[in-house]
Amino acid sequence: MTEITSESLGGIGQWVKRKEDPRFVHGKGKFVEDIYLPGMVYGVFVRSPYAHAKINGINTEAALKVPGVITVVTAEVLKGLKLDWMPTLAGDTQAVLAGDKARFQSQEVAFVVAKTQYAAADGAAVVEVDYEELPVVMDPEAAKAPGAPVIRDDKEGKKDNHIFNWKSGDAEATDKAFAEAEVTISQHTHYQRVHPAPMETCGCVADYSKITGQMDLYITSQAPHAHRTVFAMISPFQEHKTRFISPDLGGGFGNKVPIYPGYVLAAGVSFLTGLPCKWIETRSENIQSTGFARDYHTTTELAATKDGKITALRVNTQADHGAFDAQASPTKWPAGLFNICTGSYDIGAASINLDAYYTNKAPGGVAYRCSFRVTEASYIIERAVDALAQKLNMDPVELRLKNFIQPDQFPYKSCTGWEYDSGNYQAAMQVALDKIGYPELRKEQAEKRARGELMGIGVSSFTEIVGAGPRKDFDILGLSMNDGASIVVHPTGTVTARLGVKSQGQGHETTFPQIIAEELGIPQENIKLEEGDTDTAPYGLGTYGSRSTPMAGASTAMAARKIRAKAQKIAASMMEVSEEDVEWKNYKFQVKGVPEKSKTMAEVAFAAYTAAPEGMEMGLEATVYYDAPNLTFPFGTYICVIDIDNQTGEFKVRRFVAVDDCGTIINPMIVEGQIHGGLTEGFAIATMQEIRFDEQGNILNGSFMDYLLPTAVETPVWELDKTVTPSPHHPIGAKGVGESPNVGSVPAFVNAFVDALSHLGVTHIDMPVTPWKIWQILKEKGIAE
Amino acid sequence: MSTHAITVTLNGEERTGEVEARLLLVHFIRDHLRATGTHIGCDTTSCGACTIMLDGLPVKSCTLFAVQANGCAIKTVEGLATNGEVHPIQEGFMECHGLQCGFCTPGMMLAALGLLERNPNPTAEEIRWGISGNLCRCTGYQNIVKSVQYAAAKMAAGGK
Ligand code: FES
Ligand code: FES
Repeated sequence: MTEITSESLGGIGQWVKRKEDPRFVHGKGKFVEDIYLPGMVYGVFVRSPYAHAKINGINTEAALKVPGVITVVTAEVLKGLKLDWMPTLAGDTQAVLAGDKARFQSQEVAFVVAKTQYAAADGAAVVEVDYEELPVVMDPEAAKAPGAPVIRDDKEGKKDNHIFNWKSGDAEATDKAFAEAEVTISQHTHYQRVHPAPMETCGCVADYSKITGQMDLYITSQAPHAHRTVFAMISPFQEHKTRFISPDLGGGFGNKVPIYPGYVLAAGVSFLTGLPCKWIETRSENIQSTGFARDYHTTTELAATKDGKITALRVNTQADHGAFDAQASPTKWPAGLFNICTGSYDIGAASINLDAYYTNKAPGGVAYRCSFRVTEASYIIERAVDALAQKLNMDPVELRLKNFIQPDQFPYKSCTGWEYDSGNYQAAMQVALDKIGYPELRKEQAEKRARGELMGIGVSSFTEIVGAGPRKDFDILGLSMNDGASIVVHPTGTVTARLGVKSQGQGHETTFPQIIAEELGIPQENIKLEEGDTDTAPYGLGTYGSRSTPMAGASTAMAARKIRAKAQKIAASMMEVSEEDVEWKNYKFQVKGVPEKSKTMAEVAFAAYTAAPEGMEMGLEATVYYDAPNLTFPFGTYICVIDIDNQTGEFKVRRFVAVDDCGTIINPMIVEGQIHGGLTEGFAIATMQEIRFDEQGNILNGSFMDYLLPTAVETPVWELDKTVTPSPHHPIGAKGVGESPNVGSVPAFVNAFVDALSHLGVTHIDMPVTPWKIWQILKEKGIAE
Repeated sequence: MSTHAITVTLNGEERTGEVEARLLLVHFIRDHLRATGTHIGCDTTSCGACTIMLDGLPVKSCTLFAVQANGCAIKTVEGLATNGEVHPIQEGFMECHGLQCGFCTPGMMLAALGLLERNPNPTAEEIRWGISGNLCRCTGYQNIVKSVQYAAAKMAAGGK
């Protein structure tokens, strides 16, 4: 028999081509918008033109006369069904349709249903809403000002716009360290409001049968199980008769985690009419009204010794959550994992104080390619370390090396309470320095500066925290954040596996079978993976926060091991030896010391269905909900070189080296793709993406015409490298990678821009850093004409 | 609203429709002809997810009315393969991990094909400009550039 190897199986670590690709390159993917059902009707929203306005009345008469229009749903109609408000994943409430007043521009006010999408849009155009404008609140400063208009007057007794205060760390110890510090820095940053803007917008098709009471909902959901449970909690739909199907998703990046009014309305319309109802938002609606990310105003302070040992970190944040608190944070963590903000550094004391406010902006606060605010955390610490280096006139690399958590300190307990599983920060830094040729670059920079030319080198050594999470600490609306894996080995030795997570392009259908292949010795091509159908998949909280590999990946490996344990018993019986005499070697069972006596998993599988030993259940399958003992902590060092035109402020990213350590790599091709994509989003956030508003609360760039995203032309060429430090507690040592490149790259870019201008006295530039902003600085400094 | 009878050739097959003058070509292709491989990613002609070939030239099908395509030959992603054999551009995307979620992919492949028909041997820079009307949020473009290079080499070697 030819030898079975990880390579022949397509196991862990193998460069395996994607199983998803054939259907997509033939145009045969199935996205929500591709679903057409007989008799289907379409819903289109009427949206508020005002950021804050009382609604005195809605006149639907003209709309109802539009040919093809069937009905117009308003908050009043929903009230009858008790569906006018819905819970958010953060435990707040959100208006499904604005009834009393509109609280952000483009808020959903009415839902026009018609036989065609065009007719529904025609109807929406003639719905008359009588608005009475109210003063607006557009940022946390305004939100907390005395006498500020109260946005959430729907909440009984609510007299202000404050949502919550959250503290972490040890304020006393921190204050003491600051009082004794030889050097301190203080830096104010605004992590701007951005929108994930996956290429596919949000939408759904609801199909309710009045006869059977069955509701099928095809939905753009990163978390179909959790969404179904919330639906069952708030609506007349019973969970067992409600099937959420999240088909192919055209990207998600956190945008498809919240529950949106469109889902509720399509379901409500189908329930009332018995007709399938489709709702697909336009791109402009997507970026104006669905889950935004960030909007953190932060003051970061560091205390240090003269020679650069950081002694304390103090963080004060005002978070802008929009009109409804619809962020996707685990219950115990109202500001997500933001207190990972000590980053890669061994800091003795830290104190974090955060206040969240309502404003007249769209709800959200989603984890946009981010594990619950770790992006914000990584940004402030990596910027602050650079600011300290600047103040001390020390090289930012040297300062980082001086403060890194040392390899022998792992598992490392941070002063904010996290236990970092494993790491070797110096090693990743060294690979990056060598690859980019750091000393030569600094020399070149000095020469250029002497000639008046501008060049910046930006460094970021981030630590991620992903895989939320362990049940003791993590739930959303009470639902434990574990994800199931269900594996069935069929009699002929092929496998169907199902997971509670949901890929949006990450390639789960390829990588998870690689884990199973490695564990069971069954070729990856004989393993099919399914996700996204709540009728068949085991429960799970979904895919976001880089949690699929840490959570579902662990469940997958453990379920496979459970199967292997049973298979070993069967193999022993087949070979007529005791179980202890059988070992799993070279991807098959063999009698210890007698390699010629062996059984493959396929042979055992057949026996499991045809000749299971006496007293044993037949079949070969397992379901596991793995409760991880800890989160995982991927890390890396990124270095970026930017050249800036000293007259126009235009810039070019000349080089970008990314060294990632995500633990065990399941598929290097897919990891590389994830990193390319994440770096590109990081680049976009650092230099382009920002949702802007005017003083009246009007969105200034609510479409793809002016919400700038990078094309292939602006996007830099990425140079990747890696170190591998497996997670000691994850069954296969993997840590997750989807978000690291976004989390880590954003500060690298901004550090590079500031570095290019630091000799002019520039200490910070808020994102997005645009040629226009740079030119203004150059002009002010007398450099540009 | 008055309607118009139109006829197009979709991937070599004659198809007809009775359409309102305002119907966008992309909606005709998707909703009427049910060729759903062509996607919609925006409402401002910015993303290229809807890119098709109209009489041999790549166009954004959300930016034309269906009536403007009357009498034209349309090629969509569904028409790339011939007799079950993948086109080099499809092969390139699969070989070089040029797609992740796959939503931008049909439009991206057609834009790339349009480029290769004009310029069979483009530089990486020319490829980047050639697909600059198409947005991808997943891949960072680097592997798309590789995919197009793969296709160019294959096509030059007589692959198609
Ligand atoms: S749908 Fe975006 S350009 Fe056509
Ligand atoms: S592959 Fe997802 S948008 Fe391009």
